[in-house]
Amino acid sequence: MIGTLFAILFYLATLLFVVGLLYRISIYSHTPAPLKIPTTPAPINTGGVVLRMTREVLFFESLFKANLWTWGLGWLFHASLVLVLLRHLRYFTEPVWAWVAFIQPFGMYAGITMLLGLAGLWARRLFVERIRYISAPSDHLMLVLLMVIAASGLSMKFLAHTDVIAVKGFILGLMYFNWQPLPDHSGLYVHLFLVTVLLMIFPISKLLHAPGLFFSPSRNQADNPREKRHIAAWAKQLDASQLGPNDMGNAK
Amino acid sequence: MSATITAPAYRIIPIIPALKPGAMEDSKSFVANDKIQEALGFPGQLVDGWHDRAIARMGELLGKYRSLKVFLDACVHCGACSDKCHYFIGTQDPKNMPVARQDLLRSVYRRYFTTLGKFFPKLVGARDLTREVLDEWYTYFYQCSECRRCSVFCPYGIDTAEITMAAREILDSVGYGQKYSNEIIGKVHRVGNNLGLPGPALLDTLEGLEEDVKEATSIDVRFPLDVKGAEVLLVTPSADFFAEPHIDSLIGYAKVFHATGTSWTLSSMASEAGNFGMFIGNYEHLRKIAMRIREAALELGVKRIVVGECGHAWRVAYSFWNTLTGVGDGADANDKFAMMLQKQLDHRYKQPLHICEFTWDMIEQGALSFDKEANDKHIITFHDSCNVARGSRMGDFAGGQFEIPRNIIRAVANNFVEMPSSTTREQTFCCGGGGGLLTDDLLDLRVKGALPRMEVLQQAVDEHGVNFMATICAICKAQFTKVMPIYGFDRRMVGGVHQLVSNAIRLGNK
Repeated sequence: MIGTLFAILFYLATLLFVVGLLYRISIYSHTPAPLKIPTTPAPINTGGVVLRMTREVLFFESLFKANLWTWGLGWLFHASLVLVLLRHLRYFTEPVWAWVAFIQPFGMYAGITMLLGLAGLWARRLFVERIRYISAPSDHLMLVLLMVIAASGLSMKFLAHTDVIAVKGFILGLMYFNWQPLPDHSGLYVHLFLVTVLLMIFPISKLLHAPGLFFSPSRNQADNPREKRHIAAWAKQLDASQLGPNDMGNAK
Repeated sequence: MSATITAPAYRIIPIIPALKPGAMEDSKSFVANDKIQEALGFPGQLVDGWHDRAIARMGELLGKYRSLKVFLDACVHCGACSDKCHYFIGTQDPKNMPVARQDLLRSVYRRYFTTLGKFFPKLVGARDLTREVLDEWYTYFYQCSECRRCSVFCPYGIDTAEITMAAREILDSVGYGQKYSNEIIGKVHRVGNNLGLPGPALLDTLEGLEEDVKEATSIDVRFPLDVKGAEVLLVTPSADFFAEPHIDSLIGYAKVFHATGTSWTLSSMASEAGNFGMFIGNYEHLRKIAMRIREAALELGVKRIVVGECGHAWRVAYSFWNTLTGVGDGADANDKFAMMLQKQLDHRYKQPLHICEFTWDMIEQGALSFDKEANDKHIITFHDSCNVARGSRMGDFAGGQFEIPRNIIRAVANNFVEMPSSTTREQTFCCGGGGGLLTDDLLDLRVKGALPRMEVLQQAVDEHGVNFMATICAICKAQFTKVMPIYGFDRRMVGGVHQLVSNAIRLGNK
């Protein structure tokens, strides 16, 4: 019974996540950027932009310049999250890919460092006056959500084991439409439920910072406005009106 | 009011200030009257139904500007920007933290345009657009100088300037404009420059300058106006025509053109490089003001367009002119509007070119020589202007906007020292008067906003005996001459890079 509920929940969450995210990305990519606004000094060509974005995505370069505490804690959390997510691939693959098996032990510890990073970020939000001032309830709740997901996951490793073979069976069953029962385990229920919540709110919350970064004109534009005329479709229409009815125009 | 304005105390060490909520809630620039508003095509007064019109305008802007859409969505409230704004540092008002300033608009965006904000406003900090919120927008979006310092530090590149511009555009569209900026935009449309200096007065001023320079150097340095067929059109902020110390840099440009034998002209049609259309975030006004340069260039048949010392003007010229008016290169062959001008321009040179690029190029070619000793009375430091530093470039490599002005200073003077690197180059602080805030009704804000620059200038004075701060922005020059005396500095400490060039350049007998 509860397995069926979770199956439905997972399908729904995945659908909302994928469709919502694609919808967002399509809005971002269809909205014009009419003016060149890279924050300079900016790369002067596309290759440079790729490098700049890579540094931002992998190392949080701008945040590093801003505040070492936020950078350290934020990077620790995100890097740990990546390892944890990759480790979880073992539940989706049969046989488990060799490199996923290899990172398994690191992934376990990453769960702990992820929790530490989140706790640090939350402490900052609670105790630094400026950050507390700008925090909405959702900012706190987002951290709580992630911390409970991490803690419930870790609890299944370190406190009360669940039948991971059966869990894997359940997930593979979802993937191949051959539904299997879910083990009866409250920590597991909490973990899985909150993961579906996270998936569902991703496209409508500040988690949009992930796709947003790639569409940020101040970071993804090459600094070449003098060399190449950059013009949005709606702005182009203004040019046409300037040229006048005889097309060749007569500005003076 | 100005009698009571005093400089805030320097911080002992540059610690992050504690919050003083509401500290600047009464610092509100004068609102534009009907006449000023209507001249720009905006409603004269706050319109009936402003609420719906404001939300509708926000919706339009969200569809036209990816920056606005992404920036409103992506912020995670990490606080990276929270201590980076000079107005926050100087005023301690939490609404002057970049993220909090953005949130004034973001909260309304969330309420009307996002799922969570529609159903759970309290949860995500969304709020209705009320009259109080509208007033708060007016107050705090005219306490942002659009200097982009916050965007350097944001992990997603969120640029508060883009949010401020959108907010000002929404305010203008419902009849709630700022007197200072909108009056100036009216003047440039009507007369051709921000100061409202008509053609004959300009001619008179330039003739006077020729006499002054002749008297000082006994050399005939010309200041030509509206000369058809000149090689170079110089477009410069109108403050250069008579404000101190701006005019000394104008003399410097003229001497550089003279010494290099360059045929050049000013234009009465394009007697203003500044473009306050950017400050109010209005594309049509931004474009219309920039069109004067295109028209002048076509009419005079010039081959090159050079821009004088002005920060936001250089951002508009460098980053936007090609888009707005075709002043640049690389238009499609079938782009008739742009090609009409681009065919005329000489593409062996960058179009447009900053006067510092022009001068440095001439120095590198050995076309200029200097008596550096003429500047020995000065121990010089350089204040990077925000719009040059973070919204434009010079030369053909990233960061040329930092190196080229410094190279010129080193070429014309012997004593140059830097201020701390956390306050220069891309991390430079705004002078405190940019972005449409250079008005006496905001003097208190301007004085406080200058605090972080004044602190490190004082340090440079104490450690190195600095007595001259060079800068390449008309607004910086005007702002510093006004606020530096309040901090106990001599107002003559600030001046242009070409003022130093002018002091040292060898004319005639090179």
